[in-house]
Amino acid sequence: MMIELLIGISLVGAAAVFLLPDKYSARLSFGISLLPILGSLYMYATFDGVGNALLEGSTLAFETKINWLSVGPYELFYHVGLDGVSMPLIVLTTILSTLAILSAWTPIDERQSQFYGLMLLMEASLIGVFAALDFFVWFVFWEAVLIPMYFLIGVWGGPRRKYAAIKFFVYTNVASLVMFVGFFLLVFGLGDSIQTLDLPAIAGALSTPGAVGSIAGMSPNTVKAVAFFLMFAGFAVKVPVVPVHTWLPDAHVEAPTPVSVILAGVLLKMGTYALLRFNFTLLPEIAQQYALILVAIAVLSVIYGALLALAQQDLKRIVAYSSVSSMGYVILGLVAFTLYGLGGATFQMISHGLISGLLFLGVGVIYNTTHTRMVGDMSGLADRMPVTAGAIVTGSFAYMGLPLMSGFVAEFLVFSGSFSADFAYAPLLTAIAMFGIVIVAGYYLFAMQRTLFGQFSVSTDYEITRASVHDVVPLVVLIVLIIALGSVPELVFDMIEGAVRPMTELTATQQADAGPEMLGLGVSILGGVLL
Amino acid sequence: MIILGLTALALFTIDSVYPESKNNTLLSGVTVLGSLIALVVTGTQLLNGAGSTELFSGQLVVDEMSLFFTFIFTSVTALIALASHEYVGKREYQGEYYVLVVLAAIGMTLLASSNSFATAFVSLELASLPSYALVAYLKDNRGSVEAGMKYFLIGALSSAVFAYGISLVYAATGSLLFTDIAATLTDGIDGSLTGVLGIGVMMVLGGVAFKTASVPFHFWAPEAYEGAPAPISAFLSSASKAAGFVLAFRIFITAFPADAIAGVDWVLAFQILALVTMTLGNFAAATQETVKRMLAYSSIGHAGYALIALGAMTGTANQPFVLSAGMLHLLVYGFMNTGAFLFVALAEHWGIGRTFEDYNGLANKAPVACAAMSIFLFSLAGLPTGGGMLSKYFLLLGAVEAQTYVLAVGLIVNSALSLYFYARVVKAMWIEEPASDLSIDGYPTGLYAAIVVAAVVTVLLLPALFVFSEPALTAGSGLF
Repeated sequence: MMIELLIGISLVGAAAVFLLPDKYSARLSFGISLLPILGSLYMYATFDGVGNALLEGSTLAFETKINWLSVGPYELFYHVGLDGVSMPLIVLTTILSTLAILSAWTPIDERQSQFYGLMLLMEASLIGVFAALDFFVWFVFWEAVLIPMYFLIGVWGGPRRKYAAIKFFVYTNVASLVMFVGFFLLVFGLGDSIQTLDLPAIAGALSTPGAVGSIAGMSPNTVKAVAFFLMFAGFAVKVPVVPVHTWLPDAHVEAPTPVSVILAGVLLKMGTYALLRFNFTLLPEIAQQYALILVAIAVLSVIYGALLALAQQDLKRIVAYSSVSSMGYVILGLVAFTLYGLGGATFQMISHGLISGLLFLGVGVIYNTTHTRMVGDMSGLADRMPVTAGAIVTGSFAYMGLPLMSGFVAEFLVFSGSFSADFAYAPLLTAIAMFGIVIVAGYYLFAMQRTLFGQFSVSTDYEITRASVHDVVPLVVLIVLIIALGSVPELVFDMIEGAVRPMTELTATQQADAGPEMLGLGVSILGGVLL
Repeated sequence: MIILGLTALALFTIDSVYPESKNNTLLSGVTVLGSLIALVVTGTQLLNGAGSTELFSGQLVVDEMSLFFTFIFTSVTALIALASHEYVGKREYQGEYYVLVVLAAIGMTLLASSNSFATAFVSLELASLPSYALVAYLKDNRGSVEAGMKYFLIGALSSAVFAYGISLVYAATGSLLFTDIAATLTDGIDGSLTGVLGIGVMMVLGGVAFKTASVPFHFWAPEAYEGAPAPISAFLSSASKAAGFVLAFRIFITAFPADAIAGVDWVLAFQILALVTMTLGNFAAATQETVKRMLAYSSIGHAGYALIALGAMTGTANQPFVLSAGMLHLLVYGFMNTGAFLFVALAEHWGIGRTFEDYNGLANKAPVACAAMSIFLFSLAGLPTGGGMLSKYFLLLGAVEAQTYVLAVGLIVNSALSLYFYARVVKAMWIEEPASDLSIDGYPTGLYAAIVVAAVVTVLLLPALFVFSEPALTAGSGLF
């Protein structure tokens, strides 16, 4: 019942906030959003799940499974439950939602009840995405996220908000449909052996060799591969992966700060979470056949995203592009498919949620005060805004992977996981990806140096004051969390490990299925790309 | 049905006792009450599983199918009557308005129960004639009168086509009763009559296509919806369309079973019809300049989606399931589409213009109504704000099972496309800056209530569609 309670509170809260006058909405939505935090922390403390939600031998925490509706042979289940991957993501969602709501008090000054109502609606949908275990229920929440985000960017965004909102909406909705087709190809490939969309049931059916039949003249392996890449393409947009990342900087730059926090902190994780759940848990053998192509995409995202960030003058764009780079690490860890790789990828989802949230909040505070985000327009801000500057420095260092911060743990895990991975040239490709960290250090040091330190000057007419309490509190909370996870990664890593270890064991039995000729094809394609 | 009949009588009585009266609240209240009672009675029977009762030696049959659609008609009628309170309040002929609505609803209910071409034709006319008058209700408005005229002429033409089709079918099979026709066809008819039968079936199909506003008999729909008073547009595009579909389901599944009717491939005809209708409707909707016309064309697109239910009768599919998917879509559609047109009625009531730009910034003035409208539009597009997503998903399953992949792809592509023009309205309401002179005088209670009720039901139909899935399946199976 806990999951339903979290979603229900957010939904009812959203309706209440929407209907009430503006002047109450900020405080009310903040108060309401504390309840899901308490709930999710309680769930975290009493978490008793074992194993991976989709694989056999697991016990889910807070599971609910009821027959939602059945029409003829088709049954849909309302099925939610948590394992070690989804639990930390739900805690992340509730915490970041509250911090985002708190940080909205300064910048959001019109149509507040609508804004806060949508924020709570978004929180409900995001919790649903991470908890749902029936494809249709999951898809309902997945699509439901688009709607509040569309309004949040489109109504409260910057000057080009309409363009950014439409672009976001169209990109991600088309991607959803592509993914939908891919998933259904897989389900119909399974034929009569499966009549539900329950994900554990589908994973169970897929684990039997020869379960997927041929469709429309495609061999079973081709069906799986096509399904894999259709789903991958759909999720890649959400992650986002180069070259389908172009909606992200637009959306980020136009979105108001609180929305950017949710967008980078939680929304992007929907993509990587779905990749983990669908592509890499349901079809691990395909992931391994094409590992080289996938790694190439991941490395490209890391390096290209970092180079793009290096070229930016707008602080918010820097953070936005660096997200593309960080999400590349997640893909790298997933493709590695070792315990550290998968665990590191999941840890990176949490870690990046916190760090990018911190940086967006910091940039937001600077923007609220100075009304500019351009690196060239300001310098020496640390004098006047010490806490904010400290937060940005912390966030940047965490991004660069300094020890005792969560970014270090995440990247270390990903790299050690992918260094020892099975795919060809693993050490070499990992080394190329690691070069991304050097570029990260480059652009963040550069940006900090120019904006925070040196002689104080800002080219605006606004008075530069210290940030107010409700701006600072979210920063401090996030710093504490980043350092806590960096010093004691076991806080969440044990949980994550419990959920990803069964995945690595699964592949050992399935590798026999994969044809060696596909690996050769992958190598030659990558060879072509590299040459 | 009897209750609807009594409602109509009550309205006649009130109108004849106080011919000059303008007691709009009484009239609309009686209509709402009557249709609500009918709704509750139908709903209870439906959920309890009423079984099937034959009346007039099988000419009419009351079974789950007819109850299911009566449920749709009565709920739409109740919403319309509630919403019309303000709309009609300022105009003449109030009693007549409500009486015509109720009479049309009775016609539709009869249509849902018809089990013979004779009753089908009579009830089709009973449903259509009041509609013609209602479209032309704004008799001082040239658009309304012209729309009524067009609707009437095309309607008369389609009736003639339908009647001629019936006569040919009778000539070939010697019967008008659906079940008898099916029996004759199963025994096999004289080979020389196959051609006559084929033409007859296609002409009957034409009559049905008119009522469901399917291509190529769709031309009246945008004109009629545009010219008619907005509540009537809602009524026609939701209830009247559903009536066309129940007629189609009965005729083609009961009277012309696909496996018995050799030489006439109506399944293929419906596949083509579905694909062309949904594509044409959505593409035309994407190019419209006014919201009402956009909704009119998009409702043609939705007719195309519902036609999948018949196009997927290829034998490989689980046929009762596909049929019930179509019925569930019509049920959800009844609420979301009615709601969307009622919002247009609200905008007309406020004197806001008709184009997308005229809706700019409306959400600042009326956030609740605009939130409801956004729910309708997103649900129509297949996003999870309402049951539309679920019913489209079932249709998709049906199309894939029937191996009509073209229809499945058409459904997905058209849904993606439709998001574009539905989102245009949403964008105008919430994101665009309001026009400076946008002023709203008063919040009409009845209309607002109807919109909110429709929105709540639309949202609830996402988690609670299971209440209707079982009756729909029983009803669907009942025809085979």
